[in-house]
Amino acid sequence: MNMHSLILRTAGHFLLPLLLLFSVFLLLRGHDEPGGGFIGGLVAAAAIVLYLFSMDIQSARKVLRVDPRDVLGVGMVLAVISAIPGVFRGEAFFTAQWWEFTAPLFGEMKLSTVLIFDIGVYLVVIGSVLTIMLNLAEAED
Amino acid sequence: MLYAILSTFLLAAAAPAVHRLTGRASGWVLGLLPAALFVYFLSFLPAVSSGESIVLAWPWLPGLDIQLSFLVDGLSLLFALLISGIGFFIVTYAGRYLEGDRDLGRFYVIILAFMGSMLGLVLADNLVAMFVFWELTSITSYLLIGYNHENADARKYALQGLFVTVGGGLALLAGIIMLAMAGGSWELSEILNNGDVVREHALYLPLLLLILIGAFTKSAQVPFHFWLPRAMAAPTPVSAYLHSATMVKAGVYLLARLNPSLGGTDIWFTTLALFGAVTMFTGVFLAFRSTGVKKVLAYSTVMALGTLTMLIGIGTETALLAAMAFLLAHSLYKGALFMVAGILDHEAGAKDFLQTGGLRSALPVTAAFAILAALSLGGVIPLFGFVAKELMLEAVLDAPSLGGILALLAVLTAILGVAVAAIVGIRPWFGPKVDTPKTPHHDAPVAMLAGPAVLASLGLIFGLGPGLADEGLINAAAASVQGAPVDGYLALWHGINWPLAISAFSLVAGGVLYWRWEQARRALAWVDRAAEYGPEKGYFKMMDGLVALSEWQTRVLQNGYLRYYVIVIVAMTAGLVGVTAQLFDVGVGGLDWAALKIHEVAILAILVASMLFAVLTRSRLGAVAALGSLGFTVALVYVLYSAADVGITQVLVETLTVILLVLVLFRLPGFLNLSSTALRVRDAGIALVMGGMITLLILSTLDARLFPSISQYFIDESVPSGYGRNIVNVVLVDFRALDTLGEIFVLALAAIGVYAMLRFRAEDRR
Repeated sequence: MNMHSLILRTAGHFLLPLLLLFSVFLLLRGHDEPGGGFIGGLVAAAAIVLYLFSMDIQSARKVLRVDPRDVLGVGMVLAVISAIPGVFRGEAFFTAQWWEFTAPLFGEMKLSTVLIFDIGVYLVVIGSVLTIMLNLAEAED
Repeated sequence: MLYAILSTFLLAAAAPAVHRLTGRASGWVLGLLPAALFVYFLSFLPAVSSGESIVLAWPWLPGLDIQLSFLVDGLSLLFALLISGIGFFIVTYAGRYLEGDRDLGRFYVIILAFMGSMLGLVLADNLVAMFVFWELTSITSYLLIGYNHENADARKYALQGLFVTVGGGLALLAGIIMLAMAGGSWELSEILNNGDVVREHALYLPLLLLILIGAFTKSAQVPFHFWLPRAMAAPTPVSAYLHSATMVKAGVYLLARLNPSLGGTDIWFTTLALFGAVTMFTGVFLAFRSTGVKKVLAYSTVMALGTLTMLIGIGTETALLAAMAFLLAHSLYKGALFMVAGILDHEAGAKDFLQTGGLRSALPVTAAFAILAALSLGGVIPLFGFVAKELMLEAVLDAPSLGGILALLAVLTAILGVAVAAIVGIRPWFGPKVDTPKTPHHDAPVAMLAGPAVLASLGLIFGLGPGLADEGLINAAAASVQGAPVDGYLALWHGINWPLAISAFSLVAGGVLYWRWEQARRALAWVDRAAEYGPEKGYFKMMDGLVALSEWQTRVLQNGYLRYYVIVIVAMTAGLVGVTAQLFDVGVGGLDWAALKIHEVAILAILVASMLFAVLTRSRLGAVAALGSLGFTVALVYVLYSAADVGITQVLVETLTVILLVLVLFRLPGFLNLSSTALRVRDAGIALVMGGMITLLILSTLDARLFPSISQYFIDESVPSGYGRNIVNVVLVDFRALDTLGEIFVLALAAIGVYAMLRFRAEDRR
């Protein structure tokens, strides 16, 4: 379902990387500012869908590289895994664990199971939306 | 302990890779873990046999009183050692038995996962954890029985085993919830010290019955015994492991475990002793008249499970000691015999005792250990089976009541048991040579002989030195079943007494029965016809009924008209909410119209206008656009009330929804006016009722505040404990992460559902 619109195609090409970067930005800053895994995932999914509209299904699948169902599965696994480290520290299942360290170039960094969980949510949202969208678009042909 | 259980699941995940890397040696490599676990559990032995019980706990969901806790005492350690010890032999055995099978990697995954579940089940102290592991064993066992999934019978009987055990699991779930209520704790270690409270509790009878259903289905007690022989559709290593030594004993384990808290009442004694004794006799009777190698063994397992249930029901000190000794003896000889059955099949291609005979020269080593194990099965001196059987008979003869019927069934069982042992221990090996489907060229490989050899020899060692087993573990195990130290002991020679006389008599009578086996089987042919009206018939009738019921309700509820689905959902919601509001007398507060600001009025106007347009327009695209505008306006409301995250999400979801609808729109037929005015009036009525209900509900929540709001807690704690300033996000990924996990799971499920609908319909059409 190529729309044959030169403007849309050109825009799609440029917007895709920008939107994907933006989605990662939203994901990472989500803990302190508006954003987070859910919103980031929706933006990333919307970016791919925009690309799908401007090009076609094959190129959308190609630009994604992996099957959206795999993205979905990896996301679920990450979300579940993030629940486990707490148990090994003698705390309840799903208790957030934080690691603070200083990295060269970046300065002080905070990593946590919460971030892993949010990345899981991010991937599940992308995977779910795109599984539905791509298959609907394909079924149409 | 946590790592011990977890390691089995981790290895299960890695098993296919290990199998690919190590090839022929994969059984030995993967067997290292159960062997290591066996040694690890042995390290608990000194403490446990001196009467200690160890509780290890990790918090899991403290808010719900659920923790991952383990209880190591005599009973759980006995089971853990059996599971890991026999598990080692099974894994190495399977490596050779299923060598070259393309699914061997998958087999390792499930059998290791099963081992982990089983260990978790017997070691768990928390009832919820125990139940989770209990269900995991049912599921993994389903996958193992259905291992030959291209065989329709294997699939059918896997499903049968699953339905029976999971159905019982459902009853068990209700039972343990009541048990936790009655005992005042979710921890077994606490409930067991609270026996009197539980037995006096008003819920005692219902919870006992529910738990018994769970235990009886799992341990194949009459009338649920039919699934176990059917489960023999599984590959032999599975039968040897699950359906003799481990899983089917889970029900017995549960009864033994709960004996200190539930046992000792009349109903406990009567139910367990009677059901157990009847199961025991039914099992051995059906074993005697079967000819399939695995079938005979399966029915004799039913016999053993019945014996164990009966002994736990009798509940005297001798009975409990006998139960633990019998448990160990049975696991040893039955594990060995099943592995021998696998060897018969693997080397000689024989699946039926009638196809076998005179194999002792072709398979000398196998024959030797098979005979040793069969002697233990028959309870012949000086094997460990004899020790256990003597104690069993003694316990039955001393039973506080029902003595006559229990003794009669026990004696009959002893006689038939000897005959069954003869079928297993004599028939395939002695007598004239029978042409087997495959001519065995050599004896079985080491990996397949190791199990029978070690297990059968242990039966002899423990028989000659019963103190070894007794002081090691059996005494401690019986003590944890009794809930108090045990004074009795195991001995090979009890002097000349009634049990010895019965044993001697049953040897002779059983021998005669074996000699006349052919005639006896012919005389018993009527049982086949009677069995057609047995409990299995009931199972199939029930399944047919279930299918018919689902077909009917699918026809009624899921008739393919979206309109009716929506009507049912909306009407149900409105009805339930309305009734609840009536019952609880929810008041509806008024509104302060004066506080309304001009921009709020404007937003409201846009909302109403978009809604009306969406309802009244005759263009689909127009309706979609109107819905989009509705959604964006709602997002505006969120932003106005400073819920930025929710607003952004709403905008994104609206955008994607519109795209989704556009994708679908192409596929719809032209716009037709199919519904009559009356129908549309009805639909409008339902919509108005639902809308009105929600409005009233929101108005009433403004007024009613039963609890202080939790928002302040989140606002206060977001930075100090969540390390985040975005409260919405901190709630989502930290404070309420479990809820979010549930939500993304639903999302994923929905995506998979849509995928399946689109894909499989397309395939159907092709």
